[in-house]
Amino acid sequence: MDGEERFREIIAADEKVEPGDWMPEGYRQTLIRQIAQHAHSEVIGMQPEGNWITRAPTLKRKAILMAKVQDEAGHGLYLYSAAETLGVSRDELVRLLHEGRQKYSSIFNYPTLTWADIGAIGWLVDGAAITNQVALTRTSYGPYSRAMVRICKEESFHQRQGYEIMMVLARGSEEQRAMAQDALDRFWWPSLMMFGPHDSESTHSDQSMEWKIKPVSNDDLRQQFVDATVPQAEYLGLTIPDPDLRWNAERGHYDFGEIDWDEFWRVVKGHGPMNRERMAHKIEAWERGAWVREAAVAHAAKRTAARSA
Amino acid sequence: MDTITTSRPLATYLIRHGDDNLVLAQRLAEYISWAPELEEDLAIANIALDHLGVAHHLLAYAASVEGDGRDADALAFLRSEREFTNLLLVERPNDDFAVIMVRQFLFDAYQVPLWEALAGSADTTLAGIAAKAVKEARYHLRHSRNWVVTLGDGTEESHRRTQHAFDELWRFTGEMFVGDALDTDMAAAGIGVDPASLEAPWRRTVLEAIADATLSEPEDTTVRVGGRSGFHTEALGHMLGEMQWLQRAYPGLEW
Repeated sequence: MDGEERFREIIAADEKVEPGDWMPEGYRQTLIRQIAQHAHSEVIGMQPEGNWITRAPTLKRKAILMAKVQDEAGHGLYLYSAAETLGVSRDELVRLLHEGRQKYSSIFNYPTLTWADIGAIGWLVDGAAITNQVALTRTSYGPYSRAMVRICKEESFHQRQGYEIMMVLARGSEEQRAMAQDALDRFWWPSLMMFGPHDSESTHSDQSMEWKIKPVSNDDLRQQFVDATVPQAEYLGLTIPDPDLRWNAERGHYDFGEIDWDEFWRVVKGHGPMNRERMAHKIEAWERGAWVREAAVAHAAKRTAARSA
Repeated sequence: MDTITTSRPLATYLIRHGDDNLVLAQRLAEYISWAPELEEDLAIANIALDHLGVAHHLLAYAASVEGDGRDADALAFLRSEREFTNLLLVERPNDDFAVIMVRQFLFDAYQVPLWEALAGSADTTLAGIAAKAVKEARYHLRHSRNWVVTLGDGTEESHRRTQHAFDELWRFTGEMFVGDALDTDMAAAGIGVDPASLEAPWRRTVLEAIADATLSEPEDTTVRVGGRSGFHTEALGHMLGEMQWLQRAYPGLEW
């Protein structure tokens, strides 16, 4: 049986494609793009949350947030490794990000202005990420699927701690409740945007679904997220900023309003509130570290030379 | 103004070491997402978390010893610059990666023998905290020593920066080994350790690494003290301004 036939069999049987297997070039490129974007998102996501580590209000909150940002660095490493199984190096992917040729999740182009934003990110952004990632545990590429299984475990902890921050604020002082509502107002729509364009508009979706890279469609995932999140907001006593939001008994789902797609595309194209700052931070950190990386290479070379002398 | 004495000497002693770890954790936290490699961001966050954990344990225990209603968070977020009693070394700013790693190394080389000694403390709670902390400190020391040697023996630039970091931080190292009456009392009671006794093992560790790193021992003989009595460098106030802001802006709330 030739490689292409075997690949089709694996996909049809819902088995996993592994690094040594034959795969169509388009499959490989789609995965590289998607896994790299996911890895970059973990790494850029360290910035908006890192923004509050030094100001976290208690020792416990500081420790939890620091551990969360550390997890994100770990997820980034793990995902870059998964991408490397497809024959591309981490350095190359980082270079593509720095040159603006690869993307990260647009959600991180919104600023974290108050402590409540840390709660909202955990609750909504990690909640949306988990919805997406749980689906991706069934993706057809083995290393990506296994990375998702591992990452989902940690993300669900993140989501719980974010919700807990919101709960404390929602039951706190008037100022704290206002802070929580404001964070929900600002992060609700961008969180819905995390699932991407409508299925009818998504350029990559059809082929990705056929290859089972993407087992569930954007709109289905978004609906799942809304259905799960609305009761959580009600429990907090907070109001979701969507006048069209209502339970549809016939469908068994919540109906909700239309995303501002102009905003979505504006942010994707680099004109969100924080796109420039996020990239500038990332590139500056990389450039500041150049002498350290050069030193590590030089030292290792000296060690090798000394051993073989 | 006597700013640092609490009613109980043990609490004061615990707060000193708690402050060392809290302030260093906060400095390291500032650096997360700025490291030269993703692996190093992970390592720095990990080390910061260890220090934060030790600080939390020590301050919580200090608060319970005080018994006057303050908790660990009150100690961390509601004391002023003049009430913080950390060593000056740990509050020094993150000027560059060499300063961060040399600061860490100089402190790790002190904390390993410190926790080894305190693991035998007559105070069993302190001994328990120290026994856990010493394992972490040994790992931190391996990490920072490795970087000191790599950078010292790396390129011309990394060598210059690392030597500069040692030269700049050297005057803050003597303070680690200068004891006061409280240290003497705590050592005599078998609870604490005489700081002077930590200097010889510290010097051995440091000089050996300096040699491996092809660096030179700094010639600066200045010993800058003051941290234990709340007489800090100007760097601390800014750090606390940031760290304590939320608790100060919205007093008395749950978070």
